[in-house]
Amino acid sequence: MVSRFKESLDSGKFVVTSEVAPPKGTNLEKLLHHIDLLKDKVDALNITDHQSSVMRFPSLGGALAVIEKGGEPIMQMTCRDRNRMALEADLLFAYSRGVRNVLCLTGDAVPVGDHKEAKGVFDLDSLQLLMTVRQMMEGQDLGGNNLDGAVEFCAGAIVTPEAQPIEPQLIKFEKKIEAGAEFFQTQAIYDLENFAKFMDYARKFNTKILAGIVLLSSARMAKYMTENVPGIFVPQELIDELSAVPKEEMLAKGIEIAGRTIAALKKDAVCDGVHIMAIGREEVVPDILATADSLQ
Amino acid sequence: MKAITRQKSIEDIQQSLNGLDKIFVVGCGTCTTMTKTGGIEQVEEMKGHLQEMGKRVTGTTVIPTACDDMTEVAMKENEQFIRSADAILSMSCALGVHRMNMYIDKPIIPAVDTLFIGVEETPGYFREACAQCGQCLLGETAGICPITACHKGLVNGPCGGTNNGKCEVDKEKDCAWTLIYNRLKEQGRLDLMRRYQAPRNHHIVPRPRSITIT
Repeated sequence: MVSRFKESLDSGKFVVTSEVAPPKGTNLEKLLHHIDLLKDKVDALNITDHQSSVMRFPSLGGALAVIEKGGEPIMQMTCRDRNRMALEADLLFAYSRGVRNVLCLTGDAVPVGDHKEAKGVFDLDSLQLLMTVRQMMEGQDLGGNNLDGAVEFCAGAIVTPEAQPIEPQLIKFEKKIEAGAEFFQTQAIYDLENFAKFMDYARKFNTKILAGIVLLSSARMAKYMTENVPGIFVPQELIDELSAVPKEEMLAKGIEIAGRTIAALKKDAVCDGVHIMAIGREEVVPDILATADSLQ
Repeated sequence: MKAITRQKSIEDIQQSLNGLDKIFVVGCGTCTTMTKTGGIEQVEEMKGHLQEMGKRVTGTTVIPTACDDMTEVAMKENEQFIRSADAILSMSCALGVHRMNMYIDKPIIPAVDTLFIGVEETPGYFREACAQCGQCLLGETAGICPITACHKGLVNGPCGGTNNGKCEVDKEKDCAWTLIYNRLKEQGRLDLMRRYQAPRNHHIVPRPRSITIT
């Protein structure tokens, strides 16, 4: 069984991924509802891994739920909470249960989350995790031992096109490509001119780039993100556009902005696809996609 | 290079001394003097706190360097006061506690927490300099240690949490990899940053760590 997501990437079509977040607790109702809602509308669904260092139901469990529902999961895997042995073991288990895509991340720092006194592991970093996946695909673990049954993953990573300064990020981006990252899902991008410049550079490399689309649900959120979230720049025009509508219409405006951005990226084939992050408002992702389609 | 310490709260110290009534207090003339956690003044202050707790202080001393072998001499000089004490309250770093442990059978209770091994970069500002990882990378990182200066100890470049040269855990902290990048660029050695750093060996010297030099 190969990765359906990889087939989508290789087909040359404009690929769409989105993400769902596991719950804090065992009540999977909302997660399963979001999977049902999105699995047939996207090429693959990311399952976040204790996002923002907040302890939750594991991404591996979420990935299995996507498979049970007939969807295609991209299991997010951070290096914050597991040493190399635990990461390798989870990769073996994930593969055995049909997971075929993994997004390799370093992970947010522990103190930003809700277990502030926990030990941050970081035995590996995102790059070393990508290399680990490669090595395990060749039938070896990190101890240099042969595996009785190898894994086969489509492994990806992230990049932050708006990072300041950008040069150190780009060095790491290139190292990730050398380590075999087949795709990148970017941090949120809003300024299409800036992103086009990044793509001019990124096109030189043999990898696929999915632009990160984070739904702006209000002017306040947009302002907060641009001021506080590392690597996110929301142009003032977009904040003004959101501010110009009544509060109850801001979400609809945010959906319009996201749909419009996707349509523009697709029309000019700026990148290979998009990764939509609705952050708690997964139910509107179909509306974003419908808006994007209507503008084609 | 200094052992950087912070005094425990008086409540914690009182709890540790529960049932121990006669106390001998030891400070250190080197690191804890410099960090104002175990010099002459702080030892005097502690004496006052102990008396307020109803303890009897059998004596005090500030050893020039509590972690070296002169500690044995200082212990001998104060033998009679130590003998009459139920415990020693140590205002030296943990290295001093270990050293005293070699010569004394009585309980030695630390009054300070040893935080890190640091350098004083500007007066009063101490920064962790070395984590004693056993695989020195400083030659490849322009003399800036990614193990101590990066919150996550990353060795292959910055994470996505870096913002305008600052760290995601604290906007006041510099991003180690931005510093490393800038300095390597100045030195014309950016190729070093492009090099893949393999996962680190956490057992260069297996714990408990020791080495014999002949």
